[in-house]
Amino acid sequence: MVALVASPSRAVTMRSSVVRASGLTKRYGPIQAVDGISFEVRPGECFGFLGPNGAGKTSTMKMIYCVLPPTAGDLQVLGMDVRTRARQIKARLGVVTQDNTLDSALSVRENLVIFARYFDLPWREARRRADDLLEFVALADRADSKVEQLSGGMRRRLMVARALVSQPDLLVLDEPTTGLDPQARQLTWEKLRQLKRTGVTQILTTHYMEEAAALCDRIVIMDQARVVAEGAPADLVRAHVGREVVELRGLQDGEAILKVVGDLADGHEALSDLLLLYTADGEALLHRIREQGLVVEAATLRRATLEDVFLKLTGRTLRD
Amino acid sequence: MMLFSLKGAYRFWQRNAFIFRRIFPESLAVNFLEPVIYLLAMGFGLGAYLSTIGGLPYLVFVATGLVSTAAMFGATFECTYNAYVQMYYEKAYDAVITTPLNVEDVVVGEILWGATRSVLYGTVFLIVVAAFGVVRSPLALLIPALFMVSGLMFSVIAMTFTAVNPSIDYFTFYFALFITPMFMFSGVFFPLDALPAWVSTAAWLTPLSHVVSLARALALGTVEGRHMWDLVWMLVVTAALFPLPVVLMRRRLVK
Ligand SMILES: Nc1ncnc2c1ncn2[C@@H]1O[C@H](COP(=O)(O)OP(=O)(O)OP(=O)(O)O)[C@@H](O)[C@H]1O
Ligand SMILES: [Mg+2]
Repeated sequence: MVALVASPSRAVTMRSSVVRASGLTKRYGPIQAVDGISFEVRPGECFGFLGPNGAGKTSTMKMIYCVLPPTAGDLQVLGMDVRTRARQIKARLGVVTQDNTLDSALSVRENLVIFARYFDLPWREARRRADDLLEFVALADRADSKVEQLSGGMRRRLMVARALVSQPDLLVLDEPTTGLDPQARQLTWEKLRQLKRTGVTQILTTHYMEEAAALCDRIVIMDQARVVAEGAPADLVRAHVGREVVELRGLQDGEAILKVVGDLADGHEALSDLLLLYTADGEALLHRIREQGLVVEAATLRRATLEDVFLKLTGRTLRD
Repeated sequence: MMLFSLKGAYRFWQRNAFIFRRIFPESLAVNFLEPVIYLLAMGFGLGAYLSTIGGLPYLVFVATGLVSTAAMFGATFECTYNAYVQMYYEKAYDAVITTPLNVEDVVVGEILWGATRSVLYGTVFLIVVAAFGVVRSPLALLIPALFMVSGLMFSVIAMTFTAVNPSIDYFTFYFALFITPMFMFSGVFFPLDALPAWVSTAAWLTPLSHVVSLARALALGTVEGRHMWDLVWMLVVTAALFPLPVVLMRRRLVK
């Protein structure tokens, strides 16, 4: 493993932030994809971007990995300006793009070898790293397969392996586990944690809340080109939804319920057939509903999760 | 225009060469077959009716012209269909520009590779026709170097079209309106000076006519001072157009 990643000392020497964005803006013609967002990624952390489709996550990632010039605002990556030092920045990045971009004319192993050559690695070193990385993502037995013979999940893992050939200081992962089965996802999480322990800073986007909660030290939630929340996953849950959630299904009169529970609920979210009540004391809340004889088909008490935060902050279309 | 790096361009060239290496034997075999078919049809078929052109046996005249078109097609296919598939369908450029290479490197690498294929194709064709005894001067050894220049020229032109081409179907226009007429009216099959003055003037404006003129002169050892201008023409046009595909491809890929 030691050979696969940057030396831990590198992270230590980078005292200032790995990415610093302020007022970062991207417009495609009339479309505002990123609207003046600011954030900072610290050395060694895993930083997540969540948000509904079209929120502007990929646009932000592309600006970070220097293939999309910002329309306005400032963006420093590894202490360098993306507008003037793209080449130097990219030499120290590993990138998993949202769409797979594997070379179908090359075998699995050759994909890694040729990619390593773009980073100026000698052939011998390129081949050695390719073999190590195939081992790392459990694709060693498919080294000579064609890319089109791989399953979707295997391709995704190969994309992750490819992002690591340059031993990056910063990994940018745009939906790294989309399309993976639960085992492959667990494997990828495990590998990403392993990399993090060696000091590689990671930025990732995901639509899986468990993934963000499992991997990220801090996240931002984007919606309609803006950042709507930022913080550690657990803090966000506490701040926005409290400790517990009561899910009520098959309500006859949602309004009546809200009146009855009163200040026992800190907030609520109505989703078609489902009413979510955020609360510090779920037992008490359920008790009051039963006591008042209100009719519900099913009531569940569970811990509040990041998903609740997400729905609360970005669920506008469902709410309206 | 952002500057390209020669090293970056070379890396992308190397990727293409790596992939090509695999199909090289088959591709070479086809390359040998093609000129033979041409020579049989043109030389022996047509040649049976036409005995000589400008004092040359028709077979010799046409073979020394076809060498240049083979080189042209090598560069043109690479920088039209192949490049488009790599860029649009395979997303190969999207992958490469996340590395230290930038769009400019990729475009220049693709153009250099197009020129390389041009040299390969043209040279194989030359070797085959030489076996038929149409090469009459050791100056023919300079033809591969000429094809490097003309290959760059045809690659730059093709890549410019590719950078603005809205869909792969439109390459039909490139071939029907540019490549095929040029193929017919560049002195490959008949001498241009036999045509009305305005036609030969128009032909002089086509890139291929200069390659044909120069390559034939080298193969036959009939180089004169005026052939200098063919080379100058190619160099000037190539240098003048070179920034175009680079700038247009950046505009296309970087929103
Ligand atoms: N090349 C482009 N040209 C025009 N508009 C674009 C382009 N790329 C993205 N957009 C628009 O920018 C907005 C943000 O897109 P982006 O891909 O950044 O979203 P995202 O958060 O990554 O979404 P998803 O979760 O679906 O991947 C969308 O409205 C999208 O339609
Ligand atoms: Mg996206």
